[in-house]
Amino acid sequence: MPKITFPRMGESYRTFKMFLEDLGNEVVVPPRPSKRTLDLGIRYAPEFACFPLKILMGTYLETIEMGIDTIVTTGGVGPCRAGEYAMLHHKILNDLGHKIKMIVIEPPRLHPFKFYKSVRALNKARVSIRGIIAHVKRAWRKLQALDNLEKLSHIVRPREISRGNTTRVYRKVLDWIDQAYTTEQIIEAESTAIEALNSIPQDPNRNVLKVGIIGEIYVLLEPASNLEIEETLGNLGVEVERSMFLTGWTRDNSWNETTEGITVKEAASPYLPELIGGHGRDSIGNTVLYAKRGFDGMIQLAPFTCIPEIVARTILPKVSKDYNIPVLTFFLDEQTGKAGMTTRLEAFVDLLRRKKQFRSEVQSLTC
Amino acid sequence: MAVKVGIPNALLYYIYYPLWQAFFNEIGVQVVTSGKTTKEILNNGVREALADACVPVKLFFGHVMGLKDRVDYLFIPRVVCINRKTIYCPKFLGLPDMIKHSVTGLPPVIDVRMDTRQGRFAMLKAYMEIGDIFGASKYLSSHAYRKACGTLKRYNKLLRQGWHPHEAMNLLHKPGSLPKPPATSLKFAVIGYPYNIYDSFISVNLLDKLRRLGVGTITAENISPLSLACQKNCGLPKRLFWTFSDRALKAAHFLFKRGHIDGLLHLTAFGCGPDSLLNKFIELEAKKHRNIPFMTLMIDEHTGEAGMSTRLEAFVDMVKRRKEALACLK
Repeated sequence: MPKITFPRMGESYRTFKMFLEDLGNEVVVPPRPSKRTLDLGIRYAPEFACFPLKILMGTYLETIEMGIDTIVTTGGVGPCRAGEYAMLHHKILNDLGHKIKMIVIEPPRLHPFKFYKSVRALNKARVSIRGIIAHVKRAWRKLQALDNLEKLSHIVRPREISRGNTTRVYRKVLDWIDQAYTTEQIIEAESTAIEALNSIPQDPNRNVLKVGIIGEIYVLLEPASNLEIEETLGNLGVEVERSMFLTGWTRDNSWNETTEGITVKEAASPYLPELIGGHGRDSIGNTVLYAKRGFDGMIQLAPFTCIPEIVARTILPKVSKDYNIPVLTFFLDEQTGKAGMTTRLEAFVDLLRRKKQFRSEVQSLTC
Repeated sequence: MAVKVGIPNALLYYIYYPLWQAFFNEIGVQVVTSGKTTKEILNNGVREALADACVPVKLFFGHVMGLKDRVDYLFIPRVVCINRKTIYCPKFLGLPDMIKHSVTGLPPVIDVRMDTRQGRFAMLKAYMEIGDIFGASKYLSSHAYRKACGTLKRYNKLLRQGWHPHEAMNLLHKPGSLPKPPATSLKFAVIGYPYNIYDSFISVNLLDKLRRLGVGTITAENISPLSLACQKNCGLPKRLFWTFSDRALKAAHFLFKRGHIDGLLHLTAFGCGPDSLLNKFIELEAKKHRNIPFMTLMIDEHTGEAGMSTRLEAFVDMVKRRKEALACLK
């Protein structure tokens, strides 16, 4: 029986594992990206390739050691490099002498036949179309549950009384979701998990800052690649709202209606009217939207040499000035160290806190 | 006095300048360029642009800085897609916005969108839109566009004959004014983006240096589009998205296969996104063609003349000796 693996992106692997097993595959869950993953990745990937490409390269090599022979990943059509990843990975792996089958899922709207072929290749158990739809629905529900819990953990963490409590509970509740299989079980696990997270002792009077996180999807979703930035910020007393979740990204079009009825696209259009691939335009649009919602600051996460994010980064200072919202950018790569990042975050949070205090003092004087 | 439009000597300049110049002249607009790259232009660009941007983009910023006070308009079109198949690198797509939102004191920027996927007459419409800004009638604009296309065709023909863009631009105005380059014993392919190869400052005079070492060069622009199109997707399941990278990869495959070259140089800029993939693909292809030596040259804003010379001389020496040794074996 073929052993299959897929790129790891945050906690979503729990869903993909369930879905691929439902279709009759033997799944090898990729290990959490570690120092070793990176070492393998940077040894074989091109030097100036972006960070996610290197992590995935390392992940594939690690899973090959675990005996996989098929990789399923996504393609793309945009001008962003991510659409060409699979091709390059496959070539490099072949060059290293690994005979691996690569199933690339292309967007069904543009490549219906390729999409059908890749789904057929994955469907080992010959599940009927109705069956596949049922499996997708269940997987989707699980993905939503995972995203909801993550969002909640971002709200609870800055308010917890004893540090580390949220992270501990969050790790535990993830297992509950993992074990749930039917839709009823998933819903039940989700509600108990929400209850557990909410029952963490919190300090309601704490002065909590609100920071939005924008940037490229992979480094946003995979905590190992952004050095657990959300956890670090939470411990500094900052409530984080991330602009991107896997469910939101997949739905994409239902994202149209966001706060104040402006779409991300429209919000970005005075600055960047063109789709430049990746998430460059979203970064700008979300900055505008978060600023309008009264956030204290923004943090942009981008892989080193990521083209769309560089374009966004060039325009962001103007947005930051126009809307009076500080923006901090991290270009992440294998050289980024956690201590350095924490120092920069501490300084940034300090600045935001003073800015907020100053503003409230000015307000109390003028009133 | 005629209205002045500024065109920076960077990025798409080497591909489309003859067309743009002919078009603007035809509708009665004077064209001003920023001239050859100098140390000052580069320094301006490096100071103004984001540190993480690639060198060509930094250079573009520098050219804009040098041009903005001398002209009434800046011409920075948003070129998305010209051949209906591939699009330009995201930096080209966001270029007018990057310039507008980070350089202060700019004259009005003409950022017309050019995307042939939008319909058969998309390009003509784009040029009519430009003409509209200067009060040219629809008839005049379309006439000027047609004439400019003719100029571009002649320019491309000169490139196919083996001339480099600067020479071809001179020849357009004064046919037959340049002597043919002397025949050389060695011939290298120089693969890379036109705005890196032909900018003699940023490429540290690569083409001239090779010529002085007795090496003739052939670039992707010298190859006919048909030969490139015959390469299909170069054995990949999907073509490269970016116009220039796609062309460079096809040129590399074509030259490797035909084998009339003694060496292949890939010129890449530090921090270039598409090149990180392209370079690996060329490298993997080069492994299959052991008879053609391959080298990657990386350029950045530090312009180390000596370092580049050393590497080139070593490479040329290596190829020469190899060729002599092979001749002896025969």
